[in-house]
Amino acid sequence: MNSTIKEEKPKNTISKVLEVILTMVSRPSGLIGLIILIFHVTLAITSPLYVPHDYKAIDPSLMLQPPSSEYWFGTDSLGRDVFTRTILGGRTALTVTFFGSLIALLWGGAVGIFCGLVGGKIDDVVMRIIDAFLSIPWILAMLLIVSLLGTSIIVLIPALGFFYGKGIVRVARAATHDVIAKDFIVSARARGHSNFSIIWNEILPNVRDAIMVEGAMRWSWMLLGFSSLSFLGFGVSPPTPDWGLMISNARGLMSFAYWSVLAPIFGLSSLIIGINLTADAFAKALGIDRSTKAPV
Amino acid sequence: MQQVVQEIKNLSIGFTSKKGQQISILKNINTKIKKGETVGIVGESGSGKSTLALAMMGYVKHGLYTISGECLYQSNNILKMKNRELEGIRGRKIAMIPQNAGQSLTPNLKIGYQIDEALKLHTNLKKENRDNKISELLNKVRLPSPEAIAKRYPHELSGGQQQRVAVAMALAGNPDLLLLDEPTTGLDVTTQAHVLELLNFIAKDTGTSMVYVSHDLGAIAQVSDRVIVMYSGEIVLDGPVRNILKNPIHPYTYGLLKSIPKLTLSGLPDSMSGSQPQPGTIKQGCSFYVRCQFAEDKCKINSPELEFVNEFNTSVRCFNHKKLHKQKSIDTSSSKQLIKKIQKNEILDISSVSISYAKQKFLEQLLNKIDDSNPTVKDININIDKGETLALVGESGSGKSTILKSIAGLIKTKDGTIKFDKKKILSNDLKKRDANNLRAIQLIFQNPDESLNPNHTVEEIVSQPLKLYFGLTGEELKQKIIEVLEKVRLGEFYLTRYPRQLSGGEKQRVAVARAFAAKPDIILCDEVTSALDVSVQAAVLNLLQELKEDFGTTYIFVSHDLAVVRAISDRVAVLYQGRLCEIGPSDSVYKFPSHPYTEVLLGAVLEPDPDVKPKLVAEDIVEEKPPEKGCSFQGRCPRILGEICKTNVPPWQIDENGNAIRCHIKINDLKKQQKLN
Repeated sequence: MNSTIKEEKPKNTISKVLEVILTMVSRPSGLIGLIILIFHVTLAITSPLYVPHDYKAIDPSLMLQPPSSEYWFGTDSLGRDVFTRTILGGRTALTVTFFGSLIALLWGGAVGIFCGLVGGKIDDVVMRIIDAFLSIPWILAMLLIVSLLGTSIIVLIPALGFFYGKGIVRVARAATHDVIAKDFIVSARARGHSNFSIIWNEILPNVRDAIMVEGAMRWSWMLLGFSSLSFLGFGVSPPTPDWGLMISNARGLMSFAYWSVLAPIFGLSSLIIGINLTADAFAKALGIDRSTKAPV
Repeated sequence: MQQVVQEIKNLSIGFTSKKGQQISILKNINTKIKKGETVGIVGESGSGKSTLALAMMGYVKHGLYTISGECLYQSNNILKMKNRELEGIRGRKIAMIPQNAGQSLTPNLKIGYQIDEALKLHTNLKKENRDNKISELLNKVRLPSPEAIAKRYPHELSGGQQQRVAVAMALAGNPDLLLLDEPTTGLDVTTQAHVLELLNFIAKDTGTSMVYVSHDLGAIAQVSDRVIVMYSGEIVLDGPVRNILKNPIHPYTYGLLKSIPKLTLSGLPDSMSGSQPQPGTIKQGCSFYVRCQFAEDKCKINSPELEFVNEFNTSVRCFNHKKLHKQKSIDTSSSKQLIKKIQKNEILDISSVSISYAKQKFLEQLLNKIDDSNPTVKDININIDKGETLALVGESGSGKSTILKSIAGLIKTKDGTIKFDKKKILSNDLKKRDANNLRAIQLIFQNPDESLNPNHTVEEIVSQPLKLYFGLTGEELKQKIIEVLEKVRLGEFYLTRYPRQLSGGEKQRVAVARAFAAKPDIILCDEVTSALDVSVQAAVLNLLQELKEDFGTTYIFVSHDLAVVRAISDRVAVLYQGRLCEIGPSDSVYKFPSHPYTEVLLGAVLEPDPDVKPKLVAEDIVEEKPPEKGCSFQGRCPRILGEICKTNVPPWQIDENGNAIRCHIKINDLKKQQKLN
């Protein structure tokens, strides 16, 4: 009887994760994405240790210097080193959006799975509320929240998490609908398992991948959103270096001091591309086709 | 010499594995399809039969490629043709009828339009001629009132009618060769028999060659002139249908025929051990060596060539075919008789149960009005004794699965009670049932791919009921899991496997193990063998029977396969449109099918014997709703009496064997009439 089994060893979690990563880097796009992402994360964690200049040292005599051996990316309108500010500029954005996505993932996933499982009136009501929120321009709502509650990180993280979790609700709900009709759920119901047990043991392992991929995608959206807030002056407050803020400050000088705006733009867009490529490769490695799995 | 329509020469198709190895799905296929001939290709899933059929259309699935050989149509190799050239052949010269017609028809286009499209593509007819042609084609496939059908959408037709439309579309281009890939597999028994009869008629009428791919030897027996048996990508037997099915000279076919339950035999068929090898795992020797009961040492090392045996006009791939020939015919072989351990101790009492799917509309909810005088399932009265196997049979829509689900508490009953163990009334709300009642009734489902969580290991799957009902943990739990797995002939080795790493039969064993882990009194089996291959089916049936003998479990067995039911059940209940027609000991039900519906149903069963033709007594109309008044079977009954059947619900009558039927005709008169036919 044993001979009929495929030669496939049982896997533990570590080897599974390893396999997913190996599949991801086997595609050029996944490899590039992962390298960019890891580069940015490493930079964000370690950059304070080796920045060449003080990011808030203002020196009027050094205003708008073009790139040189001393100031690699030149200086801005207040004479601060653009290179220093650029490599530090992703820190707040990455931290805020990482925890924001985590919150989005948790509440979106939980609500989505729950709605998918119970269905009926509760599902109807919750989904209509989500739809209503989706119809409000997010930037308007965000501006309202930050102007009422302030721009501290404590406010921004849950607010962003809430706004970007709506999409995850729909994905989690759709993924749950896919498995809910399967006989193993019916079987668990017939045995008399509780709703919680069905969600935890039967549904979650089957929808986890889809939710995680969607969360990764939301991360890049949230990063763009957060930078837009900073750009509008509602995110990070000066003098903390931040790409959105740097672009906002330097945009008037673009015609004669292109360097002061180019560096943060490059930082922001490369990080977003990195996250997007990684998330796509992640989805493919898990066998999820995003074109069919993502309704919003 | 007959004209050859298609010739396949040395065809090998395969793929390259991740390790860079070339693995063949088809190995050196050589065959010719002659004009006007119907060739049946049989094999279990994974034998390469569909790949071969697709190759005949010049199509190779993505990821596969032709390793060697050619597929000649009019002395052109269609596997090398460009898409442009293929367009002229596909549909026009070689047409295909897929398995599921419901999915192959575009849902938002009318039938007439879709056939018209096929005609525009494949013929040069003008618009007005095309309209006539559409009616002609629909007439040819014997659809009633073609003009009306042409104006309908696919979802307005029944499964059988959809399959007929697919046949009509395939005939639109007047092809030389018709490829049919399991065309009747999803259909009801009676519908299946009618579609096969239609195919036979078309083959004779148009002289089209047909290639009929199926796993069902019964269907193959009815339509084919010649049969090709495939195993592990090779042709193992190729010859005239009678020789193959009555006197199989290859051990695989021999074993396969023995493992099919038959209507004429009670008791369980012999099972074949093992399963088909994965592609690429056989390095040397005969691919059937591991499972062969006639194997010798040379079979392990040398692989046999396809050898033509003049005496039978058959090609066979086996060293020992002469020995097998002496084994003689299939039917005389004794099958295992069931050991019956029924106690006269009622375990489940289903009394006047009705189930309705009707939903209250908003207005009715406001008025607090519940009105469904014509529920989906009505008036079901069945008592089941401890240790008995009761089978519920009927076509799709007969309510058999619905009844099963209501016993499990998954569907609420509208009226009536279900009593367990004489006194305990089972609540119709699952949440209100206590743990012991939940434990006592377990379900096994049709498709183990769906009933086992793909992200759980076998250990996790089997542990669920043990943790839930007995609160086992740690080492004790693990021991118990191993114990349960050993009972279903799986060992400790399987604990860490995922369902996708198991074969179909092994998966179903895990599902059986999960059900038995709860130590249930009643197991509800919902079509448990219909997703399995024939050779595996017999093994699972044998396992269920052995477990029942060991534990004294009661089974309620739902199936559409009447031969399987015959093999395993003690008592049979026949359902039509959610109403009971007949209930009685299976031996007497199968011997004297007293109710007209039972007669129709049993008449339509296909035996793997070309000389036993199904009897088609009733039309294969599909009724959407049970009739408001009178007998449930009035719409299709071949023995209808008249007004009385339409107005009065027939009374129960019981004959001397304990066979109860619901019919207006006196039971003895019915038997006389049936004997006359």
